Amino acid sequence: MKLYQLTISQAKEGLEKKKFSVKELVASCLEQIKKLNPKLNAFITVCEKEALSEARQADKKLHNSQFTIHNSPLFGIPIAAKDLFCTKGIRTTAGSKVLENYIPVYDATVIRKLKEAGAIIIGKTNCDAWAHGSSGENSDFGPTKNPFDETRVPGGSSSGPAVAVATGMSLAATGTDTGGSIRQPAAFCGVVGLKPTYGRVSRFGVVAMASSLDCMGHFTKDVKDAALVLKVIAGKDEKDATSSPMPVVDYLNLLEKPSKNFKVGLPKEYFIKGLEKKIEKRILKIVRLLEKRGIKIKEVSLPHTKYALSTYYIIQPAEVSSNLARYDGTRYGLPRENFGAEAKRRIMLGTYTLSAGYYEAYYLKAMKVRTLIRKDFENVFKEVDLLITPVAPTLPFKLGEKVNDPLQMYLSDILTIPASLAGIPGLSLPVGKIDNLPAGAQILGPQFGEEEIFQLARIIEKETNEK
Amino acid sequence: MKKNSKFQIPNSKKNPKSLPIRQAGKFQNSKLDEEEVGHIAKLARLKLTGEEVKMFCSQLSEVLEYMKVLNEVEAKGVEPTAQVTDLENVFREDEVSPSLEPNEALSCAPAREGNFFKTGVVLEK
Repeated sequence: MKLYQLTISQAKEGLEKKKFSVKELVASCLEQIKKLNPKLNAFITVCEKEALSEARQADKKLHNSQFTIHNSPLFGIPIAAKDLFCTKGIRTTAGSKVLENYIPVYDATVIRKLKEAGAIIIGKTNCDAWAHGSSGENSDFGPTKNPFDETRVPGGSSSGPAVAVATGMSLAATGTDTGGSIRQPAAFCGVVGLKPTYGRVSRFGVVAMASSLDCMGHFTKDVKDAALVLKVIAGKDEKDATSSPMPVVDYLNLLEKPSKNFKVGLPKEYFIKGLEKKIEKRILKIVRLLEKRGIKIKEVSLPHTKYALSTYYIIQPAEVSSNLARYDGTRYGLPRENFGAEAKRRIMLGTYTLSAGYYEAYYLKAMKVRTLIRKDFENVFKEVDLLITPVAPTLPFKLGEKVNDPLQMYLSDILTIPASLAGIPGLSLPVGKIDNLPAGAQILGPQFGEEEIFQLARIIEKETNEK
Repeated sequence: MKKNSKFQIPNSKKNPKSLPIRQAGKFQNSKLDEEEVGHIAKLARLKLTGEEVKMFCSQLSEVLEYMKVLNEVEAKGVEPTAQVTDLENVFREDEVSPSLEPNEALSCAPAREGNFFKTGVVLEK
C-alpha cells in the first residue's frame, strides 16, 4: 500500500510507530498531484515548497522525545483546502478570475484550527467559481474531471476537494456546502462528505456564497476520519456570530457506541420520478441490510420537499447578489467585468427577486416556505432518529451535458437542498459502484445530530465494505 | 429602493424607470424582456453584452417560471425564516485586540495613496 492511500487514522498510526516520516507522507501525496493533476485539474494552487518545509519541521518535532502526537490530532496530515478558504500568504481565488490575484493576509478559522491540530495544507483546490454550480464546470480555471471516468463531471461545487481525496492527492479536504456542494461531489467521487449543522463550524474567512445557508465541512476516505476532522474544526468562534455555543463532542470516540437502536426514516418524497432506478435499488438494498441488523425502518413524509428547489433558488441568489456586491476591485481583486456567466446569472436573479415590487412575491414567500420545510424535518424527527435518502438523482453526468441549461443543472441538487434550507446536518456515504461509477447514500439528522449520523454511517460502512 | 430615500445611488436620477410593480404575493407573467434585464443589470452594477442580455432573458424567465410552483403553497400567517440558528443577540466583550496592520490591509489594493485605498471618482461636483 502506498502512503497516499492511507486514511488519516492509518497515517497517524504509521507516523506514531515511525514506520515512515511526515515528509514521506507529504511527498507521496505531492507525487499523486504531479501524476494526476494535469489530467484531472483538481488543484488551482499546489503548496509544494511550503508543505515540504512544514513536513521537515514536523519530522524534527516527531523525533523530540518531549513531543506527544496525541495533542495534535492531525499531526503531519496533508489536507487540501477548497479555494474558498482564506489561507494566509497563499492565493485564494474562489475559482473566479475576480480573485485571481488575491492573497489573503489571514487564515479562515477552519484553516487556523487545522494547522493548530498539526495538519499541513498541501494546496488549494478547484471548484465552481464562488461555489456556484453542481459540476465543477463553472470554474474560471477549467473544469475538474471525474477520476472514475474523465468524460464525466466530479460534481460540484467542491469538485477539486472530492477528486483530491478520491485519488489520494490529499488525505482529507475542506469543502463548503450551501445546497449540496459537499454531499453531491462526495457521491460522484466515492468519498465521505459531511455537511455539518449550520453554525457547527465557523464560516469566518471563507468566501461567502449565501450566508444563511453556507456550511463548512469536509471530505475524507472513511467515516472515522470525518468524525475526527469535525471535532477539530467545530465550535463557537467569536468571529462568526452564527457559530453555535453547543458543546463539541468526541465524535470519533462515540463512533462505535450508539446510545440506542436507531429508528431510520425513508422519506417518500425523495424516491421521485427522475431518480435513476439503479440508485433507488442500491439505497433500498442498504435499507434491507439495516433491517436485518435490527434497525427499525419507517416510511415517512416531508410534504413540502417539492417546493425546496424553488425556495432555494430565490433565497440563495438573493444572498449571493448581496454578498457579491462587495467585489468592486477597489480593495482587492479585479473589477466586476470579470464575473463569469453563472455568477452574473445569480446576481441578476437575486437582484430581481429583491427589487421593489417583487420582494414580497418571491423573497418573503420563499422565507415562509422555508419555515414549512424546516417544520417538516422537525416533525419527522419526532418519529425517527435519522433519514436515509439518495444524494443525487443521477450518477455522475457527462461534461458539457447540463452546462448550458441552468435549470437542469439546478435540479441536480434537488435531494440535498431541503436539508440546507433547514440547517440540518447531512453526510454522503459511498455505497459502491453502479455501472463502474460511484454512488452515494445521504444520511440526514436533526440539528446537531452529527454524532448519530456518524454512528449510522459507520454501521453501513462496516456492512457494505468491511473497513 | 424606497421612493423617498434621501440617498440616491449614483446615476439613479438618469434612470428613474423602475420595474413595473406586479400584484404583490403572486407571480404572474414571469417572462423578462430585454429592457427589464438591462435595468436589473444596472441595479447590480453589471455590464452585459447584447448577447448576454438575450441569454439572460430566456434563462432567467425559465427559472422564474419554475418558481411559480410556490403559488400552490398556502403560507398565510407563517413566520418567515431568515436564519436557522435560533440564536439571538449574540454579544461579545468589547475588548481592544490586535488587528491588521495598514500595510497588510492594503497589500492587495490595486492602487493606494498613503494608508488609503485609491478609488475612482464616485460623486462628481
